[in-house]
Amino acid sequence: MSLIAAVDQHLPVIIVLAPLLGALLVALIRVEIASWPIAVIAALVSAMAAFRLVFGVETLGVVSYRLGGFAPDLGIEYRVDAVNALVLLLVTGISLATLVYARRSVADEIDSGRVPWFYAMMLVAMSGLLGMAITGDAFNAFVFLEISSLSTYTLIALGRDRRALVAAYQYLIVGTIGATFYVIGVGLLYLSTGTLNLALIIERLPDVTSPRALIAAEAFILVGIALKLALFPLHAWLPNAYGYAPSAATVLIASTATKVAVYLMARFLFGVFGIHVELGPVSVTGVLIVLSLGAMFVASAAAVFQRDVKRLLAFSSVAQIGYITLGLALANPAGLTGAFLHIVNHALMKGAAFMAIGAVLLRCGSSRLDDLAGIGRTMPATSVALTIAGLGLIGVPGTSGFVSKWYLVLGAFDDGKGWLAFLIVASSVIAVLYVGRILEVVWFREPSKTALAAREAPLGMLLPTLLLAGLTILFGIDAEFPARLAGAAASALLGGRP
Amino acid sequence: MRRDIVLRVAAKFIMAPLILFALYVQFHGDYGPGGGFQAGVIAAAGVILYAIINGLGAAQRLVSMALVERLIPAGVLVYASVGLVSMALGGNFLDYNPLAHDPVHGQEWGVFFVEAGVFLTVFSSMIAIYYAFASRRAS
Repeated sequence: MSLIAAVDQHLPVIIVLAPLLGALLVALIRVEIASWPIAVIAALVSAMAAFRLVFGVETLGVVSYRLGGFAPDLGIEYRVDAVNALVLLLVTGISLATLVYARRSVADEIDSGRVPWFYAMMLVAMSGLLGMAITGDAFNAFVFLEISSLSTYTLIALGRDRRALVAAYQYLIVGTIGATFYVIGVGLLYLSTGTLNLALIIERLPDVTSPRALIAAEAFILVGIALKLALFPLHAWLPNAYGYAPSAATVLIASTATKVAVYLMARFLFGVFGIHVELGPVSVTGVLIVLSLGAMFVASAAAVFQRDVKRLLAFSSVAQIGYITLGLALANPAGLTGAFLHIVNHALMKGAAFMAIGAVLLRCGSSRLDDLAGIGRTMPATSVALTIAGLGLIGVPGTSGFVSKWYLVLGAFDDGKGWLAFLIVASSVIAVLYVGRILEVVWFREPSKTALAAREAPLGMLLPTLLLAGLTILFGIDAEFPARLAGAAASALLGGRP
Repeated sequence: MRRDIVLRVAAKFIMAPLILFALYVQFHGDYGPGGGFQAGVIAAAGVILYAIINGLGAAQRLVSMALVERLIPAGVLVYASVGLVSMALGGNFLDYNPLAHDPVHGQEWGVFFVEAGVFLTVFSSMIAIYYAFASRRAS
């Protein structure tokens, strides 16, 4: 009993530490067969810790952990509240599912000498993302941002296509600019408040006499994070990165990396600066609404014209991120709940979609749309998962995508912006087009030769895919659990600074 | 460059003091400027100098790529282990106070081992970067 109590006390650090230690072990042992089990165990420990922590947060409120025993104004504080508990649960859960899924896909796509490095990088990326979500320290968030980014560049570069190198380099340049902007902003905040701890920054902000440094800080931080979360029009790196990365890496990046960046943006927008503060003559919410709408329409339209399914889904990701940032910009309980619900739901359905495409890639060796013709006949289970994920992306009732868009529409009406609700529905029509293209090819075309030769995906890949697809349906029918967590996150953010 | 007597002798002269200076910077980090990062770079500079003068093959007989690749995670592991030990002794992660009989000594021991980990990782990362640029293995 005392052991459990002792472990409970360290839960916040265990979440981040388990994948990090796993990565170190994988890199030290460097034996191909040992890598996958170590990675899965590390992710499992982290997921269990996150699961336990979420319920701890629901009963206790905020959980704080002082690294090194230093007080928050001197050292680094890990701080878990309703907002990041949700993100932690999501990231650990998706990472665990991805790592379970990864074994066959990685064995097929990665040179055997590099397999341990791949798993090590997956775990480091996971640890970095979790660290970004859990830390209550602005600079520590930058360090974890860099940890997750550097490992992500490596993961993308391990793709088997040579264009993966260019994609990784492109992301490296953009990501570095984003991280630099972020750290400049944090520097300005430190200059005006004298602390890096987010909670203390919030306490000291009212005493800051000159708003100019704060405006500059907010601009730098928001643009920096916007690059990371691929907010339209800063999304140019994303389609290539998702398109050419190894399948398992795409699943991990697509369903977690941008979500954690969105969380960080929400934290700064609501927790630190306050959403209704004006940046000189422009209002943050106004800019965010325009950019979100741009993402929803332009990226969706671009998705319609893609020939490669991975790139199509990548453009769809940019569009879906638009819905999430729109929810943030609405800044009312329903809109924010919708945003956080969509963080979860989009992670689940995009994870399922990329997993299904990875399985097709394993069996057919191609992710071009034309090569998927008639794949529904030879790989029915995979295609069903892909179909469910696609319907979720549209927001068909009965899938989780419908629930989060419902909240967004409610949020738009609460804000007195009925036209916005209309635009949300209108942009979903474009999603019908690009999802419809996939479904038409998969189910109704005559099977091509490669499709006829394909067999159903191996069980190890199929189970995580179907699990995520099943959750997409489950959260569409009974959204009580995610809606409760998202609602708690929304009220925590809105209550944090009225 | 292998035949240039001036370079070879000069490099030989510099090597030993360089490594010694790295150790000085490493262990003097508690009292003055220095620490694991700087010491790691200085020590790696010694190996890189050796590689520049005597060729990559000779350097890799001295410090092999396999060793370097193991040392990078090993250094981080040393760092993290300090945190794990302090957790086992009842403190928070990376709390050095419980590491010895009194907090001051605990802090001293904690920093000592953490810096040792930093040294290993920085030293081997520097060499790994040099090896990666200097050798043209087909990727």
